[in-house]
Amino acid sequence: MGRVKSAWAAPMLSALILVLFLAAWQLAVRDTSPTAGMDPEYAKLMGAAVNTGKSALPTPGDVAGKLWGAIQDPFYDHGPNDKGLGIQLGYSLARVLLGFGLAALVAIPLGFAIGMAPVFGAAVNPFIQVLKPVSPLAWMPLALYTIKDSNKSAIFVIFICSVWPMLVNTAFGVAGVRREWLNVARTLEVSAWRRALFVILPAAAPTIFTGMRISIGIAWLVIVAAEMLVGGTGIGYFVWNQWNNLSLADILLGILLIGLVGMALDRLLGLAASAVTWRE
Amino acid sequence: MRPYLSIEGIARRYGERTVFRDLWFGVNRGEFVCLIGHSGCGKTTILNILAGLEAPDDGALVMDGHEVSGPSLDRAVIFQSHALYPWLTALGNVAFALRSRHPKMPKSEIEARARAALTLVGLKDAADQKPSELSGGMKQRVGIARALSLEPAMLLMDEPFSALDALTRGTLQDEVVGLVGGGKQTAFMITHDVDEAILLADRIILMTNGPDARIAEIVTNPMPRPRDRTNLHRQPGYYALRNHIVDFLVTRSRLLAGTRPEGWTGRDVPHITPTDPVSSQPLETIAP
Repeated sequence: MGRVKSAWAAPMLSALILVLFLAAWQLAVRDTSPTAGMDPEYAKLMGAAVNTGKSALPTPGDVAGKLWGAIQDPFYDHGPNDKGLGIQLGYSLARVLLGFGLAALVAIPLGFAIGMAPVFGAAVNPFIQVLKPVSPLAWMPLALYTIKDSNKSAIFVIFICSVWPMLVNTAFGVAGVRREWLNVARTLEVSAWRRALFVILPAAAPTIFTGMRISIGIAWLVIVAAEMLVGGTGIGYFVWNQWNNLSLADILLGILLIGLVGMALDRLLGLAASAVTWRE
Repeated sequence: MRPYLSIEGIARRYGERTVFRDLWFGVNRGEFVCLIGHSGCGKTTILNILAGLEAPDDGALVMDGHEVSGPSLDRAVIFQSHALYPWLTALGNVAFALRSRHPKMPKSEIEARARAALTLVGLKDAADQKPSELSGGMKQRVGIARALSLEPAMLLMDEPFSALDALTRGTLQDEVVGLVGGGKQTAFMITHDVDEAILLADRIILMTNGPDARIAEIVTNPMPRPRDRTNLHRQPGYYALRNHIVDFLVTRSRLLAGTRPEGWTGRDVPHITPTDPVSSQPLETIAP
């Protein structure tokens, strides 16, 4: 009985926090104008002058209504400035996955090389240390100038921000492979390829996946900002477009969806990481 | 005539500090040799040199008439810390070694051989478990199965039982006697356990304390094999042998450390076979 109780305690508390938050939100943005309780006909006669108390912020109901609309028709396309949220999220996800995938293709082999050759690692380390803390958006002008395509520039920005955590973690994981495991491979006269694929890779996999998880989190943070800059499509552009429309309900909906998709990406990589994690 | 594996004047130095030098000994075909000594005399380094994992600073290793450099599948190692790959099952660990030995062998054959090797060490039912699900003794058994499955010309063991509890250690020692004590498998083992050495080894190499360690003497185990733990201590010569080694470890390894006697040469260390004194009392002392 006690165990059942404790299993439900956290979700119940979560639900309670949500209810309290929604109630506080509703209360904070409620209509406090003098016309609130008036007969609508009379309010009309009073004119716009007194009709100023209503908050510009949407209520939870407004956002829920938008969400319901988005769920019912996520993939409509009514021209450049009016696309369904499914389409916008799809664009963002495609950019993130492309940039992240390219980054993985570069970072994991390079990280392997750095981890296995300490001299090479020490040689490139200063460059990594300087480039790593640069905000990925700082690359945007350079990317726009050289690539001359806003969409590819956004992908490049995702690439450049995803590359570092994967590179550093792969190098760290590869360099940290137990000497005894390598010694076993040596006494078995295992070829370099087989050693890399069947000893070092599985040994370093948990660390590599930790890097990938950090990278995808950063990529998802950066794509919103990048799309606000390059415009056109994507969830970041959607949020900025709704700011221009002054539709705060849509902005809140965008924020909610960004959070949910980000959580899903993190969970997916978390699951993948636990699949390759070994226990001693 | 050279022994099957001949260690010829190897040394290890770290800058000014010499761990050991001028080490000469051999292991004959089918022989089980133990090296015994305190921590710091470079035991593990010696084994690593024999395995080819480290190169000596001086001297050479000759196996079957050929100089040895680097590791080889012919010298299988049982590591102190079992050194299993935790992401593979017990079967996977043995199969990985077998695959290295036989790159072209069909998968089914590899698996059958790996299962057979695990059955040999009593792990038939644990084949599909990961090392994390196995006890310390079972893990070391997998390590033994992995090494034996290679059918190596030489088996090298680095204190393979030192991390185990006394009961498990005894069982495993008995199993090793059964598996490699028959005189067919050439083996070399590092240990600091006197009883283990007497049970397993045909000859026991005694090392002085480091630094600048050397071989003090090589003791021949007079007891016939296969040796059996249950009646070993009733056999003539057992106490003489045991007391001689214990004496060495307790006092002489320290007294003999450092300075080398006048005219001492590493190529010609004393070979000793301790025998019971006439009174059949345990030996009191042997002068250093």
